[in-house]
Amino acid sequence: MFQIIDLKYKNILDIKELEIPGQRITCIVGQSGSGKTTLLRMLNKLISPDSGKILYNDENLKEIDSIGLRRKVVMLPQTPVIFNGTIRDNLQIGLKLAEKPEAADSELLEILEKVHLKKGLDENADKLSGGEKQRLALGRVMLLKPEVLLLDEPSSALDEETEQLIIESVVEFSKRNNRTLIMVTHSKKVADTFADNIIEIKEGKVVEA
Amino acid sequence: MDKVIDLQIWQMAAAYIFVLVLLVIVRAKGIKRESEIVLSSVRMTIQLIFTGYVLVYLFDNPNPIFSVLVYAAMETFAIFNIFKRMKQKLSAGLKRIIALSMFFGTTVSLLFFILVVVNVSPWYDPRYFIPIAGMLIGNSMTGISLGVSRLTDGMITNKSLVEGALMLGATPKLAAKQIVDNAFDSAILPTINSMLGMGIVFLPGMMTGQILSGTSPLTAINYQIAIMLGILGSVALTVITFVQLGYKTFFNKDSQLIIED
Ligand SMILES: Nc1ncnc2c1ncn2[C@@H]1O[C@H](COP(=O)(O)OP(=O)(O)OP(=O)(O)O)[C@@H](O)[C@H]1O
Ligand SMILES: [Mg+2]
Repeated sequence: MFQIIDLKYKNILDIKELEIPGQRITCIVGQSGSGKTTLLRMLNKLISPDSGKILYNDENLKEIDSIGLRRKVVMLPQTPVIFNGTIRDNLQIGLKLAEKPEAADSELLEILEKVHLKKGLDENADKLSGGEKQRLALGRVMLLKPEVLLLDEPSSALDEETEQLIIESVVEFSKRNNRTLIMVTHSKKVADTFADNIIEIKEGKVVEA
Repeated sequence: MDKVIDLQIWQMAAAYIFVLVLLVIVRAKGIKRESEIVLSSVRMTIQLIFTGYVLVYLFDNPNPIFSVLVYAAMETFAIFNIFKRMKQKLSAGLKRIIALSMFFGTTVSLLFFILVVVNVSPWYDPRYFIPIAGMLIGNSMTGISLGVSRLTDGMITNKSLVEGALMLGATPKLAAKQIVDNAFDSAILPTINSMLGMGIVFLPGMMTGQILSGTSPLTAINYQIAIMLGILGSVALTVITFVQLGYKTFFNKDSQLIIED
């Protein structure tokens, strides 16, 4: 799915070779500041490497239209982004920004259930707790059902029990729809339980693939 | 009504008492603004006297080249003034857009005003051309300055929102839409608000000047109404051109957000 060859970015990333398989669950682990977020941003083409290349389905990312790519390879940022408005607005806005048709309320409620957010669609999103915001943002990207989901520490603000539930739910969702899931996590337990493939990054280099 | 009092030199000098009063106040309060107050009073005086003589010469010698030159000088001055006023660092691309929008917005409005609204003949008649150009440029300059600072601030403070939208596959246009709309709104709001108080709370400078120099208030008001609408049009056109093109300078061709920090 993704292939990285001789990639260099500032003095942050230096990856000789890396392959991330499609339709699998890949976990990226490593110390704080090692370059995990930077790598995800690169796969989303939010930034481009200084040298080397990234292939997506054998096509160089450089040649792929950024917006088209990001609609297939969606990224969830480490700090959840919450827009002004209700929970409904915050779920629909993903579809609106990606220029896709709106979803019915029933579909939104289904997503809220998947991320274990027991709130009404008309509630103000700004009032949610940190962990609830994180789950709302996760719900937003799941609603887009992209080919690839890039999740940057999707459960960092959650207690261990909720974390397991949420990750299990998104893993199940990806598997059932034959999607690719790439997620950064600090939890060894999450990686060990759910990953088909673990990538460890240390000071910008891949140590284990 | 038809007898205009020509101010004598000593009468004008007496008006400087206002400056002295202000100086005494700031001195007493310990506010360190004396040099600015003196400087701006002196500059105002010299600039107006100089302009007065230039205008006398231009009015006596109407010439399309002179009118256009004065126009170009005002435009250039206004554009550099915008650059200077900004606290934020402006990229070269953004500066180009500012210059282009100012030039485009004010020129189109000026031509419409001169050719259609007032129907001045010849079009370059400095008695109309220069003051009207001055008013359109001055007000558009204030409007676009607000627009520039709102757009730049908006992009910086909402960086994660904009990037959050891009990550989901939004076009730069959609990702920046709210910031662009806000910048436009706050840039034209003062002009809209100023129309509300017009004639009741204050008489605008142009009208006051005309009335003092002997024009009938009704004629002065007709002109003022027209010029207010012209200003509104010019500000709106300048600012909309700016925001529609300006937000693009924050993205590269790969639709990546580029904000130097
Ligand atoms: N735009 C940038 N310019 C310069 N340095 C940057 C930039 N973005 C990130 N860095 C640096 O690159 C390094 C890697 O950052 P990155 O965010 O990828 O780490 P991370 O592995 O995600 O860490 P964490 O687990 O804390 O989220 C850090 O030292 C960071 O300061
Ligand atoms: Mg990170």
